[in-house]
Amino acid sequence: MKTEVFEPKILAFCCHYCAYSSADLAGVMRIQYPPNVRIIRTPCTGRLETEYFMKALENGADGVLVAGCLEGGCHFVEGNLCAKRRVNYTRDLLEEIGIEKERLRMVNISAAMARPLADVITDMVETIRKLGPSPLKSKTNLTNLTKLETRS
Amino acid sequence: MIVAQRKNIPELLDIVEKHRKVLLLGCGTCVTVCLAGGQREVGIIASALRMAAKLKGRPLEVEELTIERQCDNVFLEQAAEAIKRNDAVLSVGCGAGVQAIAERYSNKPVYAGLNTAFIGILEERGVWTEKCAACGECVLHLYGGICPITRCAKHMLNGPCSGSREDRCEVSPDRPCAWQLIYKRLKDIGQLDRLKELKKPKNWRSSQSGGFRKIIREDHRV
Repeated sequence: MKTEVFEPKILAFCCHYCAYSSADLAGVMRIQYPPNVRIIRTPCTGRLETEYFMKALENGADGVLVAGCLEGGCHFVEGNLCAKRRVNYTRDLLEEIGIEKERLRMVNISAAMARPLADVITDMVETIRKLGPSPLKSKTNLTNLTKLETRS
Repeated sequence: MIVAQRKNIPELLDIVEKHRKVLLLGCGTCVTVCLAGGQREVGIIASALRMAAKLKGRPLEVEELTIERQCDNVFLEQAAEAIKRNDAVLSVGCGAGVQAIAERYSNKPVYAGLNTAFIGILEERGVWTEKCAACGECVLHLYGGICPITRCAKHMLNGPCSGSREDRCEVSPDRPCAWQLIYKRLKDIGQLDRLKELKKPKNWRSSQSGGFRKIIREDHRV
Protein backbone atom coordinates (compact mmCIF):
# COMPACT_ATOMS: atom_id res chain seq x y z
CA MET A 1 0.00 0.00 0.00
CA LYS A 2 1.31 3.41 -0.89
CA THR A 3 1.70 5.76 2.08
CA GLU A 4 1.58 9.48 1.42
CA VAL A 5 4.25 11.62 3.02
CA PHE A 6 2.89 14.85 4.36
CA GLU A 7 4.55 17.79 2.64
CA PRO A 8 3.90 20.94 4.69
CA LYS A 9 3.19 24.24 3.02
CA ILE A 10 5.08 26.95 4.76
CA LEU A 11 4.82 30.62 4.04
CA ALA A 12 8.06 32.49 4.68
CA PHE A 13 8.05 36.25 5.04
CA CYS A 14 11.63 37.24 4.27
CA CYS A 15 13.09 40.67 4.79
CA HIS A 16 14.52 42.19 1.62
CA TYR A 17 17.71 43.26 3.38
CA CYS A 18 18.70 39.96 4.95
CA ALA A 19 16.81 36.68 4.72
CA TYR A 20 15.64 37.22 1.15
CA SER A 21 19.21 37.99 0.09
CA SER A 22 20.50 34.98 1.98
CA ALA A 23 17.93 32.80 0.18
CA ASP A 24 19.29 34.26 -3.03
CA LEU A 25 22.81 33.52 -1.88
CA ALA A 26 21.77 29.97 -1.02
CA GLY A 27 20.69 29.62 -4.62
CA VAL A 28 23.98 30.99 -5.93
CA MET A 29 25.88 28.67 -3.61
CA ARG A 30 23.66 25.78 -4.68
CA ILE A 31 22.68 25.04 -1.10
CA GLN A 32 19.63 22.81 -1.01
CA TYR A 33 16.66 23.45 1.22
CA PRO A 34 13.23 21.84 1.19
CA PRO A 35 10.87 23.18 -1.46
CA ASN A 36 8.08 23.43 1.09
CA VAL A 37 8.52 27.14 1.66
CA ARG A 38 6.85 29.86 -0.38
CA ILE A 39 8.87 32.99 0.09
CA ILE A 40 7.29 36.42 0.18
CA ARG A 41 9.70 39.32 0.12
CA THR A 42 8.90 42.14 2.52
CA PRO A 43 10.64 45.51 2.79
CA CYS A 44 11.20 44.82 6.48
CA THR A 45 9.69 42.33 8.93
CA GLY A 46 8.44 45.38 10.82
CA ARG A 47 5.96 45.77 7.96
CA LEU A 48 4.27 42.54 8.94
CA GLU A 49 1.11 42.72 10.98
CA THR A 50 -0.64 40.11 13.09
CA GLU A 51 -3.39 39.71 10.50
CA TYR A 52 -0.88 38.58 7.87
CA PHE A 53 0.06 35.58 9.99
CA MET A 54 -3.56 34.91 10.86
CA LYS A 55 -4.75 35.05 7.27
CA ALA A 56 -1.90 32.82 6.12
CA LEU A 57 -2.81 30.15 8.64
CA GLU A 58 -6.53 30.57 8.08
CA ASN A 59 -6.09 30.14 4.34
CA GLY A 60 -4.29 26.86 4.59
CA ALA A 61 -0.62 27.40 5.44
CA ASP A 62 0.71 24.66 7.71
CA GLY A 63 3.30 27.01 9.11
CA VAL A 64 4.53 30.57 8.84
CA LEU A 65 8.17 31.54 9.04
CA VAL A 66 9.22 35.13 9.62
CA ALA A 67 12.85 35.79 8.77
CA GLY A 68 14.25 39.17 9.71
CA CYS A 69 17.64 40.74 10.25
CA LEU A 70 19.85 39.96 13.20
CA GLU A 71 18.84 41.90 16.28
CA GLY A 72 20.61 45.23 16.15
CA GLY A 73 21.10 44.89 12.41
CA CYS A 74 17.73 46.03 11.09
CA HIS A 75 17.95 48.36 8.11
CA PHE A 76 15.11 50.35 9.67
CA VAL A 77 16.67 50.23 13.14
CA GLU A 78 14.05 48.24 15.03
CA GLY A 79 11.59 46.74 12.54
CA ASN A 80 12.69 43.21 13.40
CA LEU A 81 12.09 43.90 17.10
CA CYS A 82 8.54 45.08 16.30
CA ALA A 83 8.04 41.89 14.30
CA LYS A 84 9.33 39.81 17.19
CA ARG A 85 6.72 41.29 19.52
CA ARG A 86 3.94 40.79 16.98
CA VAL A 87 4.99 37.20 16.34
CA ASN A 88 4.96 36.53 20.09
CA TYR A 89 1.53 38.12 20.39
CA THR A 90 0.22 36.02 17.52
CA ARG A 91 1.71 32.85 19.01
CA ASP A 92 -0.25 33.52 22.20
CA LEU A 93 -3.36 34.16 20.13
CA LEU A 94 -2.87 30.86 18.31
CA GLU A 95 -2.76 29.08 21.65
CA GLU A 96 -6.04 30.77 22.60
CA ILE A 97 -7.56 29.48 19.37
CA GLY A 98 -6.19 25.99 19.90
CA ILE A 99 -3.51 25.91 17.21
CA GLU A 100 0.05 24.89 18.04
CA LYS A 101 2.12 28.03 18.41
CA GLU A 102 5.10 26.25 16.84
CA ARG A 103 3.40 26.79 13.49
CA LEU A 104 4.58 30.37 13.62
CA ARG A 105 8.24 31.07 14.12
CA MET A 106 10.55 34.04 13.78
CA VAL A 107 14.24 33.74 13.02
CA ASN A 108 17.03 36.26 12.61
CA ILE A 109 19.26 35.81 9.60
CA SER A 110 21.82 38.08 7.99
CA ALA A 111 22.28 38.42 4.24
CA ALA A 112 25.44 36.28 4.40
CA MET A 113 23.84 33.43 6.35
CA ALA A 114 22.77 31.20 3.47
CA ARG A 115 23.63 27.94 5.20
CA PRO A 116 21.90 28.85 8.50
CA LEU A 117 18.82 29.91 6.51
CA ALA A 118 18.71 26.53 4.79
CA ASP A 119 19.09 24.85 8.20
CA VAL A 120 16.31 26.96 9.69
CA ILE A 121 13.98 26.13 6.80
CA THR A 122 14.82 22.43 7.09
CA ASP A 123 14.17 22.54 10.82
CA MET A 124 10.89 24.39 10.36
CA VAL A 125 9.73 21.88 7.75
CA GLU A 126 10.60 19.00 10.06
CA THR A 127 8.82 20.67 12.99
CA ILE A 128 5.67 21.15 10.95
CA ARG A 129 5.93 17.65 9.50
CA LYS A 130 5.95 16.30 13.07
CA LEU A 131 2.98 18.49 14.01
CA GLY A 132 1.08 17.25 10.97
CA PRO A 133 -1.14 19.20 8.59
CA SER A 134 -2.80 22.34 9.86
CA PRO A 135 -5.72 21.26 12.05
CA LEU A 136 -7.86 23.64 10.03
CA LYS A 137 -7.27 21.73 6.81
CA SER A 138 -9.27 18.67 7.67
CA LYS A 139 -12.19 20.89 8.57
CA THR A 140 -12.15 23.25 5.65
CA ASN A 141 -11.90 23.30 1.89
CA LEU A 142 -9.74 26.37 1.89
CA THR A 143 -6.79 25.70 -0.34
CA ASN A 144 -5.85 29.18 -1.34
CA LEU A 145 -2.16 28.38 -1.33
CA THR A 146 -2.72 25.59 -3.83
CA LYS A 147 -4.75 27.97 -5.95
CA LEU A 148 -1.89 30.43 -5.86
CA GLU A 149 0.43 27.74 -7.13
CA THR A 150 -1.71 26.78 -10.06
CA ARG A 151 -2.09 30.40 -11.01
CA SER A 152 1.67 31.00 -11.20
CA MET B 1 -10.62 58.30 25.10
CA ILE B 2 -12.38 55.12 26.16
CA VAL B 3 -9.96 52.26 26.64
CA ALA B 4 -11.04 48.67 26.19
CA GLN B 5 -9.56 45.20 25.96
CA ARG B 6 -10.47 42.21 23.85
CA LYS B 7 -12.22 39.29 25.49
CA ASN B 8 -10.36 36.05 24.90
CA ILE B 9 -11.23 33.91 21.89
CA PRO B 10 -12.84 30.94 23.73
CA GLU B 11 -15.10 33.40 25.58
CA LEU B 12 -16.06 35.14 22.33
CA LEU B 13 -16.81 31.79 20.75
CA ASP B 14 -19.09 30.94 23.67
CA ILE B 15 -20.84 34.29 23.36
CA VAL B 16 -21.81 33.66 19.73
CA GLU B 17 -22.46 29.98 20.30
CA LYS B 18 -26.08 30.06 19.17
CA HIS B 19 -25.42 31.77 15.86
CA ARG B 20 -24.11 30.74 12.47
CA LYS B 21 -23.73 34.13 10.84
CA VAL B 22 -22.21 36.85 12.92
CA LEU B 23 -21.31 40.41 12.08
CA LEU B 24 -18.11 41.47 13.80
CA LEU B 25 -18.55 45.20 14.02
CA GLY B 26 -15.60 47.45 14.76
CA CYS B 27 -15.59 51.10 15.72
CA GLY B 28 -13.28 53.68 14.21
CA THR B 29 -13.01 55.94 17.22
CA CYS B 30 -11.66 55.24 20.73
CA VAL B 31 -11.22 51.49 20.42
CA THR B 32 -9.28 51.94 17.20
CA VAL B 33 -6.83 54.19 19.00
CA CYS B 34 -6.46 51.78 21.92
CA LEU B 35 -5.94 48.93 19.43
CA ALA B 36 -8.85 46.88 20.70
CA GLY B 37 -11.68 47.15 18.19
CA GLY B 38 -10.62 48.97 15.04
CA GLN B 39 -10.51 47.67 11.48
CA ARG B 40 -7.26 45.82 12.04
CA GLU B 41 -8.46 44.14 15.22
CA VAL B 42 -11.71 43.18 13.52
CA GLY B 43 -9.66 41.34 10.89
CA ILE B 44 -7.59 39.56 13.52
CA ILE B 45 -10.52 38.62 15.77
CA ALA B 46 -12.63 37.47 12.80
CA SER B 47 -9.80 35.23 11.60
CA ALA B 48 -9.32 33.88 15.11
CA LEU B 49 -13.02 33.19 15.57
CA ARG B 50 -13.33 31.44 12.23
CA MET B 51 -10.32 29.26 12.99
CA ALA B 52 -11.46 28.46 16.53
CA ALA B 53 -14.94 27.56 15.26
CA LYS B 54 -13.52 25.31 12.54
CA LEU B 55 -11.38 23.50 15.07
CA LYS B 56 -14.52 22.78 17.08
CA GLY B 57 -16.34 21.69 13.95
CA ARG B 58 -18.84 24.49 14.33
CA PRO B 59 -20.17 26.28 11.29
CA LEU B 60 -19.58 29.97 11.77
CA GLU B 61 -19.53 32.76 9.23
CA VAL B 62 -18.02 35.99 10.43
CA GLU B 63 -18.58 39.13 8.40
CA GLU B 64 -16.20 41.99 9.06
CA LEU B 65 -17.20 45.64 9.13
CA THR B 66 -15.89 48.74 10.84
CA ILE B 67 -17.84 51.97 11.02
CA GLU B 68 -16.65 55.38 12.07
CA ARG B 69 -18.57 55.50 15.34
CA GLN B 70 -20.89 52.93 16.88
CA CYS B 71 -22.34 55.25 19.51
CA ASP B 72 -23.89 57.50 16.89
CA ASN B 73 -27.08 56.65 15.00
CA VAL B 74 -25.92 58.51 11.91
CA PHE B 75 -22.89 56.27 11.54
CA LEU B 76 -24.76 53.15 12.63
CA GLU B 77 -26.90 53.55 9.55
CA GLN B 78 -23.91 52.39 7.50
CA ALA B 79 -24.04 49.03 9.21
CA ALA B 80 -27.81 48.55 8.74
CA GLU B 81 -27.60 46.17 5.78
CA ALA B 82 -24.85 44.08 7.30
CA ILE B 83 -26.71 43.86 10.60
CA LYS B 84 -29.83 42.76 8.75
CA ARG B 85 -28.14 39.90 6.85
CA ASN B 86 -26.48 38.40 9.93
CA ASP B 87 -27.97 36.44 12.82
CA ALA B 88 -26.23 38.47 15.49
CA VAL B 89 -23.81 41.32 16.04
CA LEU B 90 -20.59 40.94 17.97
CA SER B 91 -19.54 44.49 18.62
CA VAL B 92 -15.96 45.34 19.36
CA GLY B 93 -16.90 48.87 20.28
CA CYS B 94 -17.14 50.16 23.83
CA GLY B 95 -20.14 49.49 26.04
CA ALA B 96 -21.89 52.57 24.70
CA GLY B 97 -21.54 51.31 21.13
CA VAL B 98 -22.92 47.87 21.99
CA GLN B 99 -25.96 49.43 23.65
CA ALA B 100 -26.52 51.91 20.84
CA ILE B 101 -26.78 49.01 18.39
CA ALA B 102 -28.99 46.99 20.73
CA GLU B 103 -31.37 49.92 21.16
CA ARG B 104 -31.59 50.62 17.47
CA TYR B 105 -31.96 47.01 16.33
CA SER B 106 -34.32 45.64 18.91
CA ASN B 107 -34.79 42.24 17.24
CA LYS B 108 -31.14 41.49 16.73
CA PRO B 109 -28.94 39.91 19.42
CA VAL B 110 -25.99 42.19 20.11
CA TYR B 111 -22.99 41.08 22.14
CA ALA B 112 -19.93 42.81 23.53
CA GLY B 113 -16.61 41.55 22.27
CA LEU B 114 -14.55 43.88 24.43
CA ASN B 115 -14.29 44.65 28.09
CA THR B 116 -14.61 48.41 28.31
CA ALA B 117 -12.07 49.38 30.92
CA PHE B 118 -11.70 53.10 31.54
CA ILE B 119 -11.27 56.65 30.26
CA GLY B 120 -7.60 57.13 29.79
CA ILE B 121 -4.69 58.18 27.64
CA LEU B 122 -1.90 56.55 25.71
CA GLU B 123 0.99 56.81 28.16
CA GLU B 124 3.55 55.36 25.77
CA ARG B 125 3.42 52.93 22.85
CA GLY B 126 1.22 50.05 23.96
CA VAL B 127 0.54 51.45 27.44
CA TRP B 128 -2.73 53.09 28.45
CA THR B 129 -3.55 54.48 31.85
CA GLU B 130 -6.76 55.60 33.48
CA LYS B 131 -7.06 59.33 33.97
CA CYS B 132 -10.73 60.06 34.52
CA ALA B 133 -13.44 58.31 36.51
CA ALA B 134 -16.23 60.38 34.92
CA CYS B 135 -17.47 61.26 38.40
CA GLY B 136 -19.59 64.09 37.05
CA GLU B 137 -18.13 66.85 39.19
CA CYS B 138 -14.61 67.64 38.11
CA VAL B 139 -12.13 68.71 40.77
CA LEU B 140 -9.06 68.87 38.56
CA HIS B 141 -8.77 72.65 38.93
CA LEU B 142 -8.09 72.19 42.65
CA TYR B 143 -5.32 69.65 42.25
CA GLY B 144 -3.11 71.07 39.53
CA GLY B 145 -4.68 68.94 36.83
CA ILE B 146 -4.05 65.60 38.54
CA CYS B 147 -7.16 63.69 39.55
CA PRO B 148 -7.03 62.25 43.06
CA ILE B 149 -10.27 60.35 42.46
CA THR B 150 -8.77 58.34 39.63
CA ARG B 151 -5.10 58.28 40.39
CA CYS B 152 -5.02 57.94 44.17
CA ALA B 153 -5.77 54.34 45.12
CA LYS B 154 -7.78 55.63 48.10
CA HIS B 155 -9.49 58.43 46.17
CA MET B 156 -8.38 60.89 48.85
CA LEU B 157 -9.41 64.50 48.47
CA ASN B 158 -7.21 65.59 51.40
CA GLY B 159 -4.03 63.61 50.94
CA PRO B 160 -1.49 62.24 51.10
CA CYS B 161 -2.32 59.22 53.20
CA SER B 162 1.17 58.77 54.68
CA GLY B 163 1.32 55.28 53.29
CA SER B 164 3.42 56.23 50.31
CA ARG B 165 7.03 55.05 50.11
CA GLU B 166 9.31 57.61 48.55
CA ASP B 167 7.08 58.71 45.68
CA ARG B 168 5.39 55.34 45.21
CA CYS B 169 1.89 54.30 46.19
CA GLU B 170 1.76 51.77 49.01
CA VAL B 171 -1.02 49.88 47.26
CA SER B 172 1.19 49.11 44.31
CA PRO B 173 4.85 50.10 44.12
CA ASP B 174 4.73 50.32 40.32
CA ARG B 175 2.46 53.34 40.60
CA PRO B 176 3.43 56.85 41.55
CA CYS B 177 1.69 58.38 44.56
CA ALA B 178 -0.93 60.71 43.09
CA TRP B 179 -0.50 63.08 45.99
CA GLN B 180 3.23 63.31 45.40
CA LEU B 181 2.40 64.29 41.83
CA ILE B 182 -0.23 66.80 42.97
CA TYR B 183 2.22 68.41 45.41
CA LYS B 184 4.95 68.66 42.79
CA ARG B 185 2.60 70.05 40.19
CA LEU B 186 1.06 72.65 42.49
CA LYS B 187 4.55 73.68 43.56
CA ASP B 188 5.66 74.03 39.94
CA ILE B 189 2.72 76.29 39.09
CA GLY B 190 2.94 78.28 42.34
CA GLN B 191 -0.36 77.14 43.77
CA LEU B 192 0.78 75.20 46.83
CA ASP B 193 -1.58 77.30 48.98
CA ARG B 194 -4.45 75.27 47.51
CA LEU B 195 -3.37 72.41 49.74
CA LYS B 196 -3.98 74.46 52.89
CA GLU B 197 -7.66 74.49 52.12
CA LEU B 198 -9.55 71.54 53.57
CA LYS B 199 -11.73 69.95 50.91
CA LYS B 200 -15.22 68.99 51.94
CA PRO B 201 -16.55 65.52 51.15
CA LYS B 202 -17.39 65.23 47.50
CA ASN B 203 -20.95 65.19 46.34
CA TRP B 204 -21.27 61.82 44.64
CA ARG B 205 -24.80 62.36 43.42
CA SER B 206 -23.36 63.39 40.06
CA SER B 207 -21.67 60.01 39.78
CA GLN B 208 -23.19 56.54 39.48
CA SER B 209 -25.84 56.91 42.18
CA GLY B 210 -29.37 56.95 40.80
CA GLY B 211 -28.66 54.96 37.66
CA PHE B 212 -27.45 56.27 34.35
CA ARG B 213 -26.73 59.93 33.86
CA LYS B 214 -28.20 62.21 31.29
CA ILE B 215 -27.28 65.63 29.97
CA ILE B 216 -29.86 67.75 28.19
CA ARG B 217 -28.88 70.84 26.20
CA GLU B 218 -32.09 72.69 25.42
CA ASP B 219 -30.22 75.06 23.12
CA HIS B 220 -29.31 72.17 20.86
CA ARG B 221 -32.59 70.30 20.90
CA VAL B 222 -34.93 70.28 17.95
